[in-house]
Amino acid sequence: MSNELELSRKSVPLIEKFVKNFIKLSAFGAILISIAIVLTLSTEAINFFQSPEVTLKEYFTATRWTPTFKNPEYGVLPLISSTLYIATIACLISFPIGLFSAIYLSEFASKRTRKIIKPVLELLAGVPTVVFGYFALNWITPNIVQKFIPGTGVFNAISAGMAVGIMIVPTIASISDDALNAVPKGLKMGAFALGSTKRITALKIMLPAAISGIIASFILGFSRAIGETMIVTIAGGQYPELNLDPRSAMYTITSSIVNVSLGDTPHGTTAYNALFALGITLFLMTFILNLASDYISRKYRKVYE
Amino acid sequence: MNSIKDLTKTNKEKAPKEIIFLCVLYLSISIAIITLMTLIFDILSTGSNRLFSDYEVGLVTKQQINNPQDFLTSLDSRDPLKAGIGPAFVGTLWLMIIVVFTTFPLGTGAAIYLEEFAPKNKLTRFIELNLTNLAGVPSVIYGLMGLAVFVRLAGFGRSVLSGGLTLTLLILPVVIVASREALKAVPDTIRQGALALGATKFQAIFRQVVPSAIPGMVTGMVLGLSRAIGETAPLIFMGALTYVNYYPDSPLSGFTAIPIQVYNWIGYPQAEWKNTSSAGIILLLVMLLTMNSIALIIRNKFEKDW
Repeated sequence: MSNELELSRKSVPLIEKFVKNFIKLSAFGAILISIAIVLTLSTEAINFFQSPEVTLKEYFTATRWTPTFKNPEYGVLPLISSTLYIATIACLISFPIGLFSAIYLSEFASKRTRKIIKPVLELLAGVPTVVFGYFALNWITPNIVQKFIPGTGVFNAISAGMAVGIMIVPTIASISDDALNAVPKGLKMGAFALGSTKRITALKIMLPAAISGIIASFILGFSRAIGETMIVTIAGGQYPELNLDPRSAMYTITSSIVNVSLGDTPHGTTAYNALFALGITLFLMTFILNLASDYISRKYRKVYE
Repeated sequence: MNSIKDLTKTNKEKAPKEIIFLCVLYLSISIAIITLMTLIFDILSTGSNRLFSDYEVGLVTKQQINNPQDFLTSLDSRDPLKAGIGPAFVGTLWLMIIVVFTTFPLGTGAAIYLEEFAPKNKLTRFIELNLTNLAGVPSVIYGLMGLAVFVRLAGFGRSVLSGGLTLTLLILPVVIVASREALKAVPDTIRQGALALGATKFQAIFRQVVPSAIPGMVTGMVLGLSRAIGETAPLIFMGALTYVNYYPDSPLSGFTAIPIQVYNWIGYPQAEWKNTSSAGIILLLVMLLTMNSIALIIRNKFEKDW
């Protein structure tokens, strides 16, 4: 009897030990993922810059990106400019729509309307990007862009940018909504008591009070637009040179990563390593933006606590 | 008297501005909603014929196609009217199984550790900061990492296992955050009650706290899974885009998945492919909607008001 008790006492901690170690390891796995991302990207990128075909200077100054051509050129400039161009179009659309949707949701909508609109926005956020890409190519381009802007090609920066913009509206709307809701009620009540209308309260009191959260949402949205892949690959086309005409095709960092990997790129070739050079360029851009967004939203949280 | 007049006058002057502002707000919110509706309507109208009608194909030897079962079970083809989504559908199911069996233990494990056991020190804060940042890393980067780590380093090759593990890493941060929220929602009185009755910390957490947080964790898992099956970009590096026209039979076999198959079909120029890719998108959206509804039902059914 007493033996059994001893046994069970001993065996329980063994499972406990195992489970405790397992969950601890899974938590530390988060760090491992980051390390794996940075390590794999940077080692292959270093291989890329060490190859005789390419120099750091060429990477940042050449104006053509043609790694799978016979005479390959590795200039990242057109890719960065296309990426920023399309992301800017996306932001021109998503910032006002997202922000005004947030103002509507937090300041004007009744509880019932909120209960209907919030899930719809969540649904929009859940649409796979390949579907948005299809929609941009087969609906936005022929029905909107080509009708109103003559001279637009089948693949163009405008419809890709518009689709990316719609895709990030839910992100901006929900984060800005949270920021507006975090503003203390007293500010709003004070504004109403002084006789300001709903519009004045929203624009002159609530908006400035929540501005850091709103800016954080904008930065995060911009970062997501930069990292978006399938929409720009499907609808944005591939034009490997510097180009500022939004009616024609462009070539973003993400879509060239996809296209290079689709081509014949065996392990160890310069084109294969170029994937990772592009990867780390993209990673650094989004990483800095995400840090900035996180920093700004943290700073703002302190203000009202 | 005068002042009241002034007041009403200014109110009247203000009124148009108020209305215009409200109109701008309505317009913004409706653009988002109308776009979603247009998207769904456009896809339904181009895809439903391909997905639901029966027809004959072939000039000399006629072949009867009975949809939707033929679309769901047949192989891909060069003829848009014959092409089916079978291998991609099965590939997506394989991915889901791999993702669930790896993400659930890792995600809930990490969440339980961070929420219940982790000391409040710099290392813990570093892990948390890491998770926030990982959630913002573009999915295409995860694909590159998966290519280097699972395909090359681990030697899994361009297989459904590599694809599943890459998707696991992609959704882990989301699942961990959701599981932590579920654990946070369990009130401290449950922990204290268990401890007061003589349970060890471990027993209190694993027999009382975790079971009450399971519905929330499952909800987070389902939402993460629905994000995973819609992902295209990371899988491209797993060789899922090369012409795969067979059913995966082991974790190490090549595969394709629904979003990848759809992307493939979008690339073909003939008009009929539009219908075929829309049909694939309908299947994908139906799967996503089903999973989101399941998550919603679990949330509503098991959510406790402590």
